[in-house]
Amino acid sequence: MQEVLQTIGSVTGISLVLALIITLADKWLNDYGEVTVDINKGERKFKTEGGQMLLNALAAQKIFIPSACGGKATCGLCKVQVTDGAGPLLPTEAPYLTAKEQETHYRLSCQVKLKNDMAILIPEELFNIKEFIGTVEQLDNLTHDIKLLRIKLPEGETIKFKAGQFVQLYTKPYGKIKETVFRAYSIASPPSDNTHVDLIIRLVPGGIATGYVHEALKVGDEIRISGPYGDFFLRGDEGINELVMIAGGSGLAPIRSLLYDIAEKGLDYRIRFYFGAVAKRDLYAEEEMAKLEAEYPNFKFVPALSSPAAEDEWDGDTGRITEVVDRYVENADGKEAYLCGSPGMLDACIKVLHSKGFKDDAIFYDKF
Amino acid sequence: MEFSTISPIVIFFASIATSNMILNNFLGMCSYIAISSEYKTATGLGKAVTLVIVVTNAINWVIYHLVIVPLKIEYMQYIIFIMVIAATVQIIEMAMDRFVPDLHVSLGIFLPLITVNCAILGSTLFMVIRHYGLLQAILFGIGSGLGWWMAICMLAAIRERMQRAKLPPGLAGAGITFIITGIMALAFVGFSGIFTIQ
Ligand SMILES: Cc1cc2nc3c(=O)[nH]c(=O)nc-3n(C[C@H](O)[C@H](O)[C@H](O)COP(=O)(O)OP(=O)(O)OC[C@H]3O[C@@H](n4cnc5c(N)ncnc54)[C@H](O)[C@@H]3O)c2cc1C
Ligand code: FES
Repeated sequence: MQEVLQTIGSVTGISLVLALIITLADKWLNDYGEVTVDINKGERKFKTEGGQMLLNALAAQKIFIPSACGGKATCGLCKVQVTDGAGPLLPTEAPYLTAKEQETHYRLSCQVKLKNDMAILIPEELFNIKEFIGTVEQLDNLTHDIKLLRIKLPEGETIKFKAGQFVQLYTKPYGKIKETVFRAYSIASPPSDNTHVDLIIRLVPGGIATGYVHEALKVGDEIRISGPYGDFFLRGDEGINELVMIAGGSGLAPIRSLLYDIAEKGLDYRIRFYFGAVAKRDLYAEEEMAKLEAEYPNFKFVPALSSPAAEDEWDGDTGRITEVVDRYVENADGKEAYLCGSPGMLDACIKVLHSKGFKDDAIFYDKF
Repeated sequence: MEFSTISPIVIFFASIATSNMILNNFLGMCSYIAISSEYKTATGLGKAVTLVIVVTNAINWVIYHLVIVPLKIEYMQYIIFIMVIAATVQIIEMAMDRFVPDLHVSLGIFLPLITVNCAILGSTLFMVIRHYGLLQAILFGIGSGLGWWMAICMLAAIRERMQRAKLPPGLAGAGITFIITGIMALAFVGFSGIFTIQ
């Protein structure tokens, strides 16, 4: 008995002493005082305790840098640009950073310790991802199966995004659906209106999120979204003077945002927007597009119906969207293409664009 | 064999050449295999292992003789040694980061990796089994560390030269590394007989 107690006692004693020494060492050695972190050249600044890892310090500020390994330098996702105060590159980081990234001061934020004041650059998209509890301000039918959902952000909060990006919309349990899901929806409003988010949502028969929006949601309801996300936005690379935009159904949403943004900024592009629908009852936003055409003379909206109904009295383009694109787009010179819609439609259109000489680096799309 | 009477100098050389941690005892293999594709990192790791083996050998010797033996808890020595090694590594890393940040960049980041390196615990256990005195233990630590460092550097140098070699797909990576290590160990058999400490 005594032996057991003595063993337990001595091992506990040794652990205690070791723990005490480490704690004291940590207090004394790891005390770097208070440091200031400057994000994106003064856009935001915060003071925090030194000695912690940059990744954790940012997380405490609700700035979420992607990380899949929890800071063990094995996923390489936590890259940020540290322009000042990071110290030399560590061998643990080097394998995850290309020569170009090393040159431009990219670091793994989970390996960079805050020892002194630091200046970092975070891609706007990351810096801007936030969660909002907005209210439904407007919920209108655009067609028989497409609704415009206008969300007002909480008082005093704003969203900063690039035209073309999307948000995640979180549903609440409704009717027979007991779960909460989230789905991606492209922002249809321009970035200049940073207190609202417009979404254009097409009902998917049996769909959880679209069913929620179309059947359960009412004006005045609370709605949770987060964002912005995504890399679908205007590139406008050098030598580009024409934008070919192609969408079907609710794919008009991000294009609408792009168009408003381009028009507001007065960018000088020739723009053709090919919009595919089945019959006239699937067409919407024609008035808006006509208004844009008037304001922005270099823009033309080309709606095309694949099988107009007899009563539609349609005198515009007919045929599948691929045929229309094939008809009007002559070549790829100085052009970038922006596409949004169902995967099937997109794949078919991309094939046509390839045949016109478009390279993959001039074609941008979001598959819904 | 009476180990405790062997001269510390002999122990030092033997632990490099005839009782090499890797090539004769096959201890510390995981990091040896994993971190030997580049000479530069291999040296860094070698230095870190050497430093930690020496420091922990000395501390563990003191703990063994002043705590474990008097309290008659020899059967708990493994746990205690491991705790001491972990704590020591932690403190060395913090101190390095604070006072010699440049050294920390080249060495410090390997320290957490080698907390559980078996060569380090192995070295402590050998010193206990062989009843080394403090000086013997320290020189054994230095020799073991240098021997480990040398072995990983040799392997890294060979692997760097081999980078463009056409290997059969099944051998590339760990396979050929084990074979090289085996051949290196065979070469080291040539030293046997010069000194014997185990
Ligand atoms: C980047 C991005 C942006 C998007 N932007 C928009 C947008 O602006 N407007 C919009 O309406 N949608 C958009 N979507 C699609 C949206 O995220 C949902 O996938 C879609 O609304 C269906 O969600 P649900 O919960 O109603 O259907 P679910 O419950 O997920 O699906 C129900 C059933 O319908 C099928 N299904 C799912 N999606 C579709 C579809 N699109 N067509 C046909 N069948 C389908 C499923 O396979 C399933 O069998 C976008 C998707 C992505 C990836
Ligand atoms: S968080 Fe995985 S590498 Fe930094």
